[in-house]
Amino acid sequence: MPHTKRRRLVTTAVAVSLGATALAACGSEDDSKADSGPVSLTYWTWTPGMDKVVDLWNKGPGKKDGITVTVKKQASGDTLVTKILTAHKAKKAPDLVQAEYQALPTLVSNDALADISGEVGDIEGKFAEGVWQQTMLGTDAVYAVPQDIGPMMFYYREDLFEKYGLKVPTTWEQFAETARRLKEKAPDKDLTTFSANDSGLFAGLAQQAGAKWWTTSGDRWKVGIDDAATRKVAGFWGGLVKEGVIDDQPMYTPSWNKALNTGKQIAWVSAVWAPGTLTTAAPDTKGKWAMAPLPQWSLDQDVTGSWGGSSTAVTTDSAHQEAAAEFAAWLNTDHDALNALAKEGGIYPASTSAQLSGAFSHPPAFFANQPDFYSKAADIAKTTAPSAWGPNVNVAYTSFKDAFGAAAKNKSDFTAALRTMQDDTVADLKKQGFEVSR
Amino acid sequence: MSTLTVRKAAPAAGTTPGTAQGPPLRRRIALVPTATLLLGAVYTLMPVAWVVIASTKSGRELFSTFTFLPGTGFADNLKDLDAYRDGVYWTWMGNSALYAGLGALLSTAVSAFSGYALATYRFRGRETMFNVLLAGVLMPPVILAIPQYLLLAKAGLTDSYLSVLLPQILSPYGVYLARIYASAAVPADVVEAGRMDGAGEWRIFTRIALPMMIPGMVTVFLFQFVAIWNNFLLPYIMLSDDEKFPLTLGLYTLLEQGSNTPALYTLVITGAFLAVLPLIALFLVIQRFWSLDLLSGAVKS
Repeated sequence: MPHTKRRRLVTTAVAVSLGATALAACGSEDDSKADSGPVSLTYWTWTPGMDKVVDLWNKGPGKKDGITVTVKKQASGDTLVTKILTAHKAKKAPDLVQAEYQALPTLVSNDALADISGEVGDIEGKFAEGVWQQTMLGTDAVYAVPQDIGPMMFYYREDLFEKYGLKVPTTWEQFAETARRLKEKAPDKDLTTFSANDSGLFAGLAQQAGAKWWTTSGDRWKVGIDDAATRKVAGFWGGLVKEGVIDDQPMYTPSWNKALNTGKQIAWVSAVWAPGTLTTAAPDTKGKWAMAPLPQWSLDQDVTGSWGGSSTAVTTDSAHQEAAAEFAAWLNTDHDALNALAKEGGIYPASTSAQLSGAFSHPPAFFANQPDFYSKAADIAKTTAPSAWGPNVNVAYTSFKDAFGAAAKNKSDFTAALRTMQDDTVADLKKQGFEVSR
Repeated sequence: MSTLTVRKAAPAAGTTPGTAQGPPLRRRIALVPTATLLLGAVYTLMPVAWVVIASTKSGRELFSTFTFLPGTGFADNLKDLDAYRDGVYWTWMGNSALYAGLGALLSTAVSAFSGYALATYRFRGRETMFNVLLAGVLMPPVILAIPQYLLLAKAGLTDSYLSVLLPQILSPYGVYLARIYASAAVPADVVEAGRMDGAGEWRIFTRIALPMMIPGMVTVFLFQFVAIWNNFLLPYIMLSDDEKFPLTLGLYTLLEQGSNTPALYTLVITGAFLAVLPLIALFLVIQRFWSLDLLSGAVKS
């Protein structure tokens, strides 16, 4: 079966849809005018409080242009991608969807997302290059407007670092040294943990090291999960786990919360949204944390990865793609919209001008002790490495959880687990009918 | 272990004299099944106890205090849940009640009709039909959700109350159970007697057969009610408007709010606790119909 079905690669999908829009543009000059009547759009999103932000649109610019948007709140994650694709199969996908960056290739290779480069091309300058590039997937098309980003950072307990005489590591080598020194001084404590449950974290760390997991050449995909950069990252963390100087328990569990709250773990490699997580996970440690840039692989480097973040995309099923793109652009670049998004939804905006204004002129309440939190964050965000996602990130992530989970438990070789992850991902791509180059 | 239990327990339960071997042995034998059942009870009640206790904890206490130590935040949790997006939780609760209540009722009616028909009438293709139904019992409803979505999308019914109700009305398991039950509880003699007395088929079914089938139908109703109440995938795929969500979906959206927003654990746990209460109440109320089950039967043979 699989060999009879040959899925279109992103690039070919683009060629086809470009051709289609060109044709549509020739034949139906009047159709776009028919669009000027009242338009009603539906929007699937998981951001809390999005309905309030959309109200601003419906009462302001939307009212003027006769475009009304209705929010239908969804649960986030891979399951939403499946839901969008199922709806798309019945040609019933909503006009607008929220999608994580790593889900874009999956959606595009299923022809679910419309190319909106004509409508939103002029706002490119409002975003960091590495962020905008994630919505283009290596083509000339634009498949989404960046909404929020998750530049990675290093969080540590300022008080406990002082207590144990530890310095904030600026390189990963120092990071390992810090972990060892802490073990010597307080054997019952760990610097942090390596969580085999959080594929996104590992992907971000690999991205920082320069890994490009999915790339295209011609009409073939190339999977580089088992490349030198990722092997370096896997070997580093595997070594620390094997040495026993960091914990190997998963994150986001009650016992992890407890470890953070009681100071058993005193640092966390995370992203800009960490204050929100810490607020619920470790409520007793308010004001005791500080944020620093991620440790680097070499001193002359200044680069970070991303963990999380999402975009607003227009679907091919939408009858009003132009209006939908107009809304997507407003939502993610308008000053008032972004301010409301930050306040209601707690997002960290992708738009660079919003990263220092409004809601971000004060540090998060949990980090009141670090007044320059957001100006530091904005500087770090600028150093985000480009990422390279492919059409089966979910498969790679599942394989990561299985292989690295087992390796962390047995304290065995992480590079072997990495090979498993690579093989699983390539096998799945082939099974889906993509051409894969070695 | 289990075979041993069964073998030893059987004579103890029997009333035939002679197999009884004196009180000391009896007591020791009863210990094994009792212990097994107790173990089972602890195993199933433990998570329930966890939910009950966790729902009393405030966000601060949830992960920091001892698991089975009741907290102090129950009233606040309730208030937060009630206030969350203007009480959308109660909308979800109402939706769940509608889907499960109406769905189970319709499904029980369909099961009763078809089960009775399959049990009492002889017609061509009856066995084939029943075998197809049996195959349906083996088919997990999960794999049907997407085809059902595509079908309903063609009819333009997705994202409506009907889209969740319709697919759950026909329950192969319910029909199967109804047939088995009807053939056991409604003797052919009784149906024949009804016909002799000049009653029409509809009258025989509603006045004679249905009352005899009540305990079995209560079982079907309960099964369906619980199945629909707990169903996740079907409504997940069918619905996009969260005002139409049942509890399962609603609570899921509270958990998965994206990586930059922490999951609302206390709300989810309190919500889950409240979501079990209607099920428990239903079982307690309907239990008395159930006890008839063992005693019922129209004719002694």
